[in-house]
Amino acid sequence: MNLGFVTRMAWRDSRSSRRRLLLFSISISLGVAALVAIGLFRASLAQAIDDQARSLLGADLVVESSRPFTAAQEQMLRSLGQTQAREVRFRTMALFPKGGGTRLVHVRALGGNFPFYGQMETAPASAAQSFRNGGAAVPDESLLLQFQAHAGDPIKIGEETFTVAGALTKMPGEASPAASFAPRVYIPLQNLAQTNLLKPGSLAHYLNFVKFAPGTHVDLEVKKLAPQIEEAGLEYDTVAKRKKDLGEALDNLYRFLNLVGFIALLLGAVGVASAIQAHLQQKVRTAAVLRCLGSAGRTTVAVYLLQAIALGVVGAMAGAALGLTIHQLLPGTLQKYLPFTLPTAIAWPPVFRGMGLGLAVCILFALPPLLRFRRVSPLLTLRAAAEETSATGGRDFAIWFVYLAIGIGLTLFAMAQAEHWSDGLWIAGGLGVAVLILMGVAKLLTFLVRKLLPPSWSFVIRQGLANLHRPNNRTLLLTLSLGLGTFLLLTIYLTRDVLLSQFKSIDAHSQPNIFLFDIQPPQTNAVAALVRQMGLPVIQQAPIVTMHLAEVKGRKSADLLKDPNRRAPEWELEREYRSTYRDTVSETEKITAGKWIGHVAYQPGDTAPISVDQDIAKDLGLTIGSELVFDVQGVPIKCRVASLREVDWKRFQTNFFVVFPTGVLEKAPTFNVLVSRVPTPAVSAQLQNAVVEKFPNVSALDLTSVIQTVDSILTKVALVIRVMSLFIVGTGLIVLGSTIWSGRYQRLKESVLLRTLGASRRQIWEILCAEYLFLGLLASVTGILLAVLASWALAVFAFKLGYTPSLWPIAAAAVIVSALTVGVGLLTSYGVGSTPPLAILRDELD
Amino acid sequence: MNSFPILDLRRLTKSYPTGAGSLTVLRDVSFTLAQGATCAILGPSGSGKTTLLGLAAGLDRPTSGSVLLNGIALAEISEDGRARVRNEHVGFVFQNFQLIPTLTALENVTVPMELRGDRSARTLARELLAKVGLSDRADHYPTQLSGGEQQRIALARAFINRPKILFADEPTGNLDSETSQKVIDIMLDLNRTAGTALVLVTHDPEVAGLTERTIRLRSGEMVE
Repeated sequence: MNLGFVTRMAWRDSRSSRRRLLLFSISISLGVAALVAIGLFRASLAQAIDDQARSLLGADLVVESSRPFTAAQEQMLRSLGQTQAREVRFRTMALFPKGGGTRLVHVRALGGNFPFYGQMETAPASAAQSFRNGGAAVPDESLLLQFQAHAGDPIKIGEETFTVAGALTKMPGEASPAASFAPRVYIPLQNLAQTNLLKPGSLAHYLNFVKFAPGTHVDLEVKKLAPQIEEAGLEYDTVAKRKKDLGEALDNLYRFLNLVGFIALLLGAVGVASAIQAHLQQKVRTAAVLRCLGSAGRTTVAVYLLQAIALGVVGAMAGAALGLTIHQLLPGTLQKYLPFTLPTAIAWPPVFRGMGLGLAVCILFALPPLLRFRRVSPLLTLRAAAEETSATGGRDFAIWFVYLAIGIGLTLFAMAQAEHWSDGLWIAGGLGVAVLILMGVAKLLTFLVRKLLPPSWSFVIRQGLANLHRPNNRTLLLTLSLGLGTFLLLTIYLTRDVLLSQFKSIDAHSQPNIFLFDIQPPQTNAVAALVRQMGLPVIQQAPIVTMHLAEVKGRKSADLLKDPNRRAPEWELEREYRSTYRDTVSETEKITAGKWIGHVAYQPGDTAPISVDQDIAKDLGLTIGSELVFDVQGVPIKCRVASLREVDWKRFQTNFFVVFPTGVLEKAPTFNVLVSRVPTPAVSAQLQNAVVEKFPNVSALDLTSVIQTVDSILTKVALVIRVMSLFIVGTGLIVLGSTIWSGRYQRLKESVLLRTLGASRRQIWEILCAEYLFLGLLASVTGILLAVLASWALAVFAFKLGYTPSLWPIAAAAVIVSALTVGVGLLTSYGVGSTPPLAILRDELD
Repeated sequence: MNSFPILDLRRLTKSYPTGAGSLTVLRDVSFTLAQGATCAILGPSGSGKTTLLGLAAGLDRPTSGSVLLNGIALAEISEDGRARVRNEHVGFVFQNFQLIPTLTALENVTVPMELRGDRSARTLARELLAKVGLSDRADHYPTQLSGGEQQRIALARAFINRPKILFADEPTGNLDSETSQKVIDIMLDLNRTAGTALVLVTHDPEVAGLTERTIRLRSGEMVE
């Protein structure tokens, strides 16, 4: 093959179509941009985690317990290292006496020089040290903003009033708690007792931070100390563990985002393939002439392959540039939500990986139409009607080989993105099914249009709609790309909507909407009296005892956790169970198996008959009669499953995984919960203030703040997914634009003929409008159908909620996608209606 | 000069399968053409002229029979092999010119040489453009040229690789009589000066009369 000729010919031949080819190339740019930006983001995160690993924890080792450390534990802790610090965490209400506002906060009583690594950042900076001297507190910046409080103002926690030393902006190892129920307030450990908040049974978390001597090999030291920590019944966390957890969480996120980026790239590649096909259709005669003049089939293919490669390179470069720009903008927007500082340095491997992937996919998808081109018959020069490809050879195995390569490549990519190879196969399969459904619906709707188009409709509309099923139409491709984008965007929106409406509907149905908890047993009646005194109902009161699962059917939880074949998720074995005891079944639960036992005359050493939530029982492999051991704050209690319950968790009430009969837990450290309903936010504030005033240890949780928190979490998750979906919709629109542009030549000829036959410019535009409007409707309706199906499945099966999607986002999706399609369509058809017929007749209609 | 004929067609038949059975468009056509000779293929529309030209030039395969072009049996080599034969020995002129629309006149002329990797083609191409009287049109694109000019560019292209035989399919079919005469003159002149054999498909007896021999076709059969 003569490479010089191939290069020159490819260059010369592109002259008349360079602008159009450039537009095609942008089809893959958004996909490449997404992959590059995601890859860079991940590289930055990994870099940040490596660089700032120690400040992820702020210490070398953290030993934790949900109970105060015992004397024996204290002794063991002292042996761990010289430099130590202590923290007690618990939730309570904070009161700003100046403005009178109260809010549930997370108190962190800190003693010692923690963090050992990284900086506690405050405004002013001196507050990070000065509050430790006593009498001062450092609340989260957001909390101060909410109550318009400043340094120097008082803040009351429990029975103690502190002075605000400054605002907390960053603490090593913790992200900003903007989306959490309770903002943090740091106070000195030496003032904790004065708050008088911690009573036996109170929910609190005790942490002991350890810094090893310089030069200590942290991992080896931890390995050495681990057995004695575990033996003392304590849990621990290390930098390595934290790094691994964070890395895994980030990897999952990265894999998901990368997959979405890849879908955008694939759609772009399909767009490129169809653009190449349209381009080649116009080059058939040139190829036939070249064949006549003695060019070998592979030389002709090489000319256009070179053009396709150039196209891929330009598209990939534009994509990489866009990806780099996004990467530069990201840290500014995301910094707040990350527990460390993001470096902005560029790691080049993800850039080249994204570009390489873009180029490879582009070439792979361009190959099938290109390979067909090597069979263009030279006879076309003599006869316009000759078959475009010579009939030699029958089936073209090279093309089948390329299809196979595409299929294997996609599956391998999906498998590489997933945690397990089988998940990858599921993803590839799922993607395939989604594409098949979209294709099926598109085909069906096109078929219906063809069959059912009423002859009574105006010529203009019939002509426009007929364009959708004529030869060489791009209906399927556009339905696929625009439909997939609509589907993803709308699914996210509808799911968020369903989740939020669930909370709102609870609020609307005169159901409980405020919780008072941490009520000590002696305060129970007084708190209830206070609530009634304010004219509010006491809907439910329940005692709560915290406990851990020690044994399941004779096996220790610790052993089960190490078993790779266990079915129960980690959290079910590790969590702190907050159980209650009562003699009746509540209205939010139903016994599904066994027999409810309301009361037992329990003696230490007896086996207590308990009732377990049926879902958690299934996970733990429990049936009626199964035996468990709960560690109730140091006291092991043997239990037997007497009944299983179906619990309506959606109800904003106190629901429990495990319910004991009365007679067992009465002597255990207990706190109480009271559930009520407040009619307005003002009454809610009044109640909270009154409770904090009289019972400083009692905390309140208002459903409004739950809704706000859920909303803000969902909004953030949705934002990420929405941005990714935009890449897909954006690619769809570019593919739409470039496809219309590539069919422009055919359109010009058609409209010239129509105009020669007397059609007005207005009619030509109306035909185009009808076509694009229907295309947009087709794509959005297909996407909407899939989105409704997906969000229904998510709501019913994953969240177990009723499904009543709001109609306006659905209508909005249809209108927006259709309008965008018409807009882009008309924009790229510019000139079709106004080109003088003679110009076309002279140039093309020879 | 070689003693074997430039073109040797033996019992050429071409049929196409149709829904109603096989349709034979050319039946048992045989003739030879000596090196440097000229001949016209004459016949009404649908008589099989273009089919015969396509087979003779190796653009298509016969259903039966054989074609020897410059002593090479075209049926025995691959499509790429035939492409090489066309590039080395054959020139073409088409009724609808078949210039590549994205290339300038000069670039169109150089394509056959460039396909061989010969980059000296530009000088020769300019000489040929001068010969056909279009030196000043070298940088124009086909759409900027008249039909007659396009056909003269096509002629320059056909002769750039100094072919042993030139196939012309109704070369004057789209031209007025004055331009037609000019094109025919150039072809015959090149035949005389370069010794290129000429096969001319036409339905015009007057044009056919300018060649040394006329092969008449009717309904796919030779009637000479």
